[in-house]
Amino acid sequence: MTYFLIRRFTSLLITLALATVVIFAVMEIVPGDPAQIILGIGATDETLAALRQQMGLDQPLITRYLQWVSGMLIGDFGTSYTYAVPVWELIAERTIVSLPLALIALALSTIIAIPTGIFAASWRGKAPDTGIMGLTQMGIAIPNFWFAMLMVYVFAVMFQLVPAGGFPGWQAGIFVALKSLILPAIALALPQAAILARVTRSALLESLGEDYIRTARAKGLTRSMVLWRHALRNALIPVLTIMGLQFAFLLAGTIIIENVFYLPGLGRLIFQAITQRDLIVVQSTVVLLVATVILINFLVDIAYAWVDPRLHAERS
Amino acid sequence: MNIDAPHEERETWRDFIAKALRNRSFVIGMVITITIVAMALLSFVWTPYDVTKLEIVNRLKKPGTTFIFGTDHFGRDMFSMIMVGARNSIAVAFVAVGIGLVIGVPLGTLAAAKKGWLEEILMRFNDLVFAFPALLSAVMITAIFGPGAINAIIAIGIFNIPVFARISRSAAMALWPREYVMAARVAGKSATRITIEHILPNIANLLIVQATIQFSLGILAEAGLSYVGLGTQPPMPSWGRMLFEAQTMMSFAPHMALFPGIAIIITVLGLNLLGDGLRDLLDPKLRRER
Repeated sequence: MTYFLIRRFTSLLITLALATVVIFAVMEIVPGDPAQIILGIGATDETLAALRQQMGLDQPLITRYLQWVSGMLIGDFGTSYTYAVPVWELIAERTIVSLPLALIALALSTIIAIPTGIFAASWRGKAPDTGIMGLTQMGIAIPNFWFAMLMVYVFAVMFQLVPAGGFPGWQAGIFVALKSLILPAIALALPQAAILARVTRSALLESLGEDYIRTARAKGLTRSMVLWRHALRNALIPVLTIMGLQFAFLLAGTIIIENVFYLPGLGRLIFQAITQRDLIVVQSTVVLLVATVILINFLVDIAYAWVDPRLHAERS
Repeated sequence: MNIDAPHEERETWRDFIAKALRNRSFVIGMVITITIVAMALLSFVWTPYDVTKLEIVNRLKKPGTTFIFGTDHFGRDMFSMIMVGARNSIAVAFVAVGIGLVIGVPLGTLAAAKKGWLEEILMRFNDLVFAFPALLSAVMITAIFGPGAINAIIAIGIFNIPVFARISRSAAMALWPREYVMAARVAGKSATRITIEHILPNIANLLIVQATIQFSLGILAEAGLSYVGLGTQPPMPSWGRMLFEAQTMMSFAPHMALFPGIAIIITVLGLNLLGDGLRDLLDPKLRRER
């Protein structure tokens, strides 16, 4: 296990380092000089040069990369070109929208998907199973932003139960704030729930086919006792893996959903920063999201190896 | 019946087609896919109305006998736009899958054949690309090169590379210890030749199924990118773009949002069903488990 941990941790660090290199390189290719963007087209060459020096843009590439990475390690994400505030401040005030949104969506998707998957598996091949599998096929095929638009039409325009978009902020009260997050969360959760329900069902069916289930049945346990006591516990391993991966997708998925609901989250931050050529904001936000994904994948792998000892034994 | 004659195990094309026609997912998926592709092809030579002509007189017409799906805020026929949009969705997803296959499969099979540092590099590359959710990398790519269909293709295509690399590597690795591959090695065939002659034909089934799934994901991704304005640019109609334009008119012209959405759902559903059907048909092992 120790060997596996060390190995996996090393690859985590390598992937993280490579990701920062890729993002930095990509941002270097972006046309446009940040100093020029800040000062506008009327700026003289001297002021431009002065600002470039002040921003450290005259430094060689390697130096700037190292400065950027080492800055992030101590929590300094740089200063936004357009807002002239520390980037971490911008990220922080957007994260308190995006993170709860992703978490609510994950919770919703889990609450819907796992019971549905269990239900379908226990009715394997019968009408309820076929019906649920048909529904999940639909759930996977529906674009979440389209579903979001329909929900806005029904619940915000027709019945006026919830706001059609925007975010009042947490200071407006938890319920008011949650009310404007509920439709986006449902929209995000829908396709994830469909996938998760399918995974739950097939994992459960697979573990129901194992030898120890036959043994349990042979010693006299009923079908439902076997399902709840033995099969479900083992089926949860792949389900947890998929959930970990889905959280990453949810974070990225907020990029589009935030656009449907005009939510001031991380996704909108990236979009605005791109149009304003506020590259340092793009760079740091993307790194943060990618690092989160890498970290979650790492944790899922560790959890998986911890639950299933065969896995790390094989690799080491 | 002659008992001594070797039993004919190989199924003929006729058997396969007969089996395929009995598979409900495959038939429904195939019919939907062919219909959508035919619609897209037809749009090159004929559409009910010209999608480039703006006729304000006909703006925001409800669905009816003249315009079966209604018209948009510029008076363009929604049905014609959906036909032309199909072209665009299919082309983007198709090329993106192509990129994934052409780059991912050689990488994956090579890693399985050579092992060692090459494999290590490939796996790290896979980890890296997987760390960038497709949407995020698409946003970054379009941030550099500007929005457009070509950049959407590149963005989706890059994400497909590790998918195909991973699946072809693991499938190829399972084949290398087999007797017929051993025999080929003993006969002195090179790793590349073995890969082309023995490995590829045997993993083709798996790749076809995965390609169908990636195709449907590509359609969804393209719609998402066009919706946020990073994919196909106007005046070329695209399903995602149509949904974006429909959003502000939701309250008085919901039909503008309804039909492009349904077009996406049907296409993705068709491809997924086709993929499921193909998996059942091509991989009998999986069939028993389902």
